[in-house]
Amino acid sequence: MSFIRPTFRHPDLPTNKIGYSRQDYEGALSTLCAGCGHDSVSGAIIQACFDMAIEPHRVAKLSGIGCSSKTPAYFLNNSHGFNSVHGRMPSVATGANLANRDLMYLGISGDGDSASIGMGQFVHAIRRNLNITYILMNNGCYGLTKGQDSATADVGSVNKSGHANQFSAIDMAGLALEMGATFVARSFSGDKHQLIPLIKAAMSHPGFALIDVVSPCVTFNNNPGSTKSYDYTRDHIETTAAMDYVPYQSEITAAYDEGNSVDVALHDGSFIQLHKLSPNWNPFDRHLAMNRVFEAKVKGEVLTGLIFIDQNHPDLHAMLDTVATPLNQLEQRNLVPGAGVLEGINAGWR
Amino acid sequence: MKATDIKDPEYFHKVVDCQYACPAHTPVPEYIRLIAAEKYTEAYMVNWESNVFPGVLGRTCDRPCEPACRRGRIEDEPVAICRLKRVAADNKGDVSAFIPKAPAQKNGKRVALIGGGPASLTVARDLAPLGYEIDLYDEQEMGGGMMRSQIPAFRLPEAVLNQEVGFILGMGITTHFKTYVSSMKTVLDKNYDAIFVGTGAPKGRDLSELEHRAAVNTQVHVGIQWLASVAFGHTTKIGKKVLVLGGGNTAMDCCRTARRLGGEDVKVVVRSPFSEMKASPWEIEDAQHEDIPFYNCHVPKSFVLENGRMKGMTFEIVSAVYDEHGRRSLKPTGEPDVFFEADDVLVAVGQENSFPWIERDLGIEFDKWELPILNKTTFQSTLPNVFFGGDAAMGPKNVITAVAQGHQAAISIDLFCVGAEVHQRPAPFTNLIHQKMGIHEWMYDSAVVDDERYKVPHADKKVALKDRKLEVELGFNLPVAFKEAQRCLNCDIQTVFTDSRCIECDACVDVCPTSCITFTEDGPEDELRTRLTAPANELSQDLYVSGILPTKRVMIKDENVCLHCGLCAERCPTAAWDMQKYLYNVTKAGAFKHA
Repeated sequence: MSFIRPTFRHPDLPTNKIGYSRQDYEGALSTLCAGCGHDSVSGAIIQACFDMAIEPHRVAKLSGIGCSSKTPAYFLNNSHGFNSVHGRMPSVATGANLANRDLMYLGISGDGDSASIGMGQFVHAIRRNLNITYILMNNGCYGLTKGQDSATADVGSVNKSGHANQFSAIDMAGLALEMGATFVARSFSGDKHQLIPLIKAAMSHPGFALIDVVSPCVTFNNNPGSTKSYDYTRDHIETTAAMDYVPYQSEITAAYDEGNSVDVALHDGSFIQLHKLSPNWNPFDRHLAMNRVFEAKVKGEVLTGLIFIDQNHPDLHAMLDTVATPLNQLEQRNLVPGAGVLEGINAGWR
Repeated sequence: MKATDIKDPEYFHKVVDCQYACPAHTPVPEYIRLIAAEKYTEAYMVNWESNVFPGVLGRTCDRPCEPACRRGRIEDEPVAICRLKRVAADNKGDVSAFIPKAPAQKNGKRVALIGGGPASLTVARDLAPLGYEIDLYDEQEMGGGMMRSQIPAFRLPEAVLNQEVGFILGMGITTHFKTYVSSMKTVLDKNYDAIFVGTGAPKGRDLSELEHRAAVNTQVHVGIQWLASVAFGHTTKIGKKVLVLGGGNTAMDCCRTARRLGGEDVKVVVRSPFSEMKASPWEIEDAQHEDIPFYNCHVPKSFVLENGRMKGMTFEIVSAVYDEHGRRSLKPTGEPDVFFEADDVLVAVGQENSFPWIERDLGIEFDKWELPILNKTTFQSTLPNVFFGGDAAMGPKNVITAVAQGHQAAISIDLFCVGAEVHQRPAPFTNLIHQKMGIHEWMYDSAVVDDERYKVPHADKKVALKDRKLEVELGFNLPVAFKEAQRCLNCDIQTVFTDSRCIECDACVDVCPTSCITFTEDGPEDELRTRLTAPANELSQDLYVSGILPTKRVMIKDENVCLHCGLCAERCPTAAWDMQKYLYNVTKAGAFKHA
């Protein structure tokens, strides 16, 4: 009996511009159910970090409790990690971000962790525009406790026991828009073509970036009648726009029809190219985006892709006017500058 | 691309690289698993069924399987397949009960085998149990052919050879040893139903054109004849200074034998550069280990005489030059010729077929190289009841090729004797069996070990050089054999994909350690190969392509570096991937009548 991942990799695997191969971004072998959508999201994170040539030690991955929150063990083995209390990942991430603004923060949560027990934490992190990529693996059920309906289960969605959900569903993307999130996207674990560029864009975004990923629970919520199954999602998927991520300092090679495409310059010099734009939608208009999300919900569509982006809203550090040096690197003489400085400050108030 | 048809027996056969590369298609992973399970007798019989001489081949095979081994594509060294075969042979129990017996009631057909080497013995092994009466003719005093006369005892102990030749001769073969067949006509006149010629390539090339060659006959010997003379005990000594000419395996056997017969200063002198020598790398290594230097790019020029005796030889120094087609020619460098002293010279510069005993008016036609004109599948000559096999058929190759050809010739002879169409070849036996036992449990050891190839221990050099019959290689001990066996990737446990079950969750793509799997839009093969998860540049390895899936994509698996670890099947929620053991066996003579 064995379940061991071999150490051999493809001998011709490419390396990225800092000399790492995809293997350097892997984690431990997943212990989630075979076919879990979350594993695909882990795979997409690995690919995105490899493509962007991120140094793994520059990333902090944080999570709460749940199947989704186990996944940080399955990617970026060489990054910092914190597996927090249920629903409390946003406050731990806020503290970590304030202490060291130089790291890239990757928050991993699920619909139970963020839409129920941690909903208060989730919305306040958004309000503050905490600089974090927040990936919400959304399967509409509590997989870790055998599949009870979660707060994101749609009305009428049938779970594995045959029971149809009666309670109104929380739309996490809609909620994030309402709370003032500066980057809102939705995707599907079974569509890496879309998910990988979204993760790259989110990681390049200076502020709170939510990706609500429909990630089917293959064991408890992949049955006919479920609105979060592989089949249902594929049958009802709509996109706001097709999307390419163009990294910093690379040439934009693909040209699309003017009028039906938008280039979004990101803060770090990279670009998002959006094309085949959906009607009634504009990535910079929160109002239109909210309408489009609401409309999709009414029609029973799974609206994916980039939904809204605001590059210019200040993040938490800017709003608090903190120093550019991470707090954890400030020395005693900066933090306690001495009686003379105090005298000077006091004198200034007199 | 067209969806892969896994019902084609050749598709999965090709994935088992070692077995595919083996001329006899021995099911290698199957017997390696048996060795790991300490079932040496069973492992031996899997071999014996297929290659007839596991003990001999486990020591002397040319090992076409090893360069093909998938392990060699993911790390430095392939599995030591050949030496594991020897483990099975050395540790087997009593196999006599498993060796087929000839029936008491014969089928009334008589077959003559000319030559007693591996090809003929294979024909005997296949036909005797079917009731054929078999007469075997050979000029030597015992069976085995070149395995006895050309392979030195320090590489192949006589006892091993005798046992495996004995298994076959014990099937009631009528042997006519010390009988040189000097006329094919006389054999034809004996009215056999079929005649098989397995006389090998008995003629060693000489350097007759060199100056003074005729004058130095007592000191210059043709390699294969000299080796035979040593093997049968007629030659027991050689001079202190010996030159061995040639860079093939015969030259390696000559130089190492010379070291054991009193040669102190033995040099191998080769025309070609070192990197292009024909000898197997391990045989070159073994020769070097016995302090034998190699002089490459030296072309023999003349024998040097002094007082009527040979004093040595001169050589011209050349370098290899290649034209635009990569064809090599040896151009003199202009450096002064080199002189080497020598008491004896062994000439091992190639061997040839020779059929002076086959009259050319019998209907057996020969081509311009004096090789018989044969059908390459049936090994039937232009005289329908005469078949050829082994080195005699298509020129010098090796034992395992001779065995493979012997099996095929036996099928032809059987078909011919029952009056069936010889071109109607029997299909291979194949079998595909589900391996799942439970969660994380398979019927094979799916874990891939990291161990590097284990070295086979050798006998102490000082002792070995004193005794030409002392086997140099000692073989793996059982704990090491187990570890080496575990290096096998079980390439016969196939990843079988069922389109209709796939929900395209990507779990297999994410977990595959060697990035073999891609789900993408279909396209032509050469274009598809450019957009897979990992580079797919090994064109000899197939892409396994599914039918069109619900998202209009196809599953593509590059077979090249698949570790057969089963993780795709472990992580597949719907059993669209399954691990199934593929057994492929070449069908032997006799299938036709029983079918």
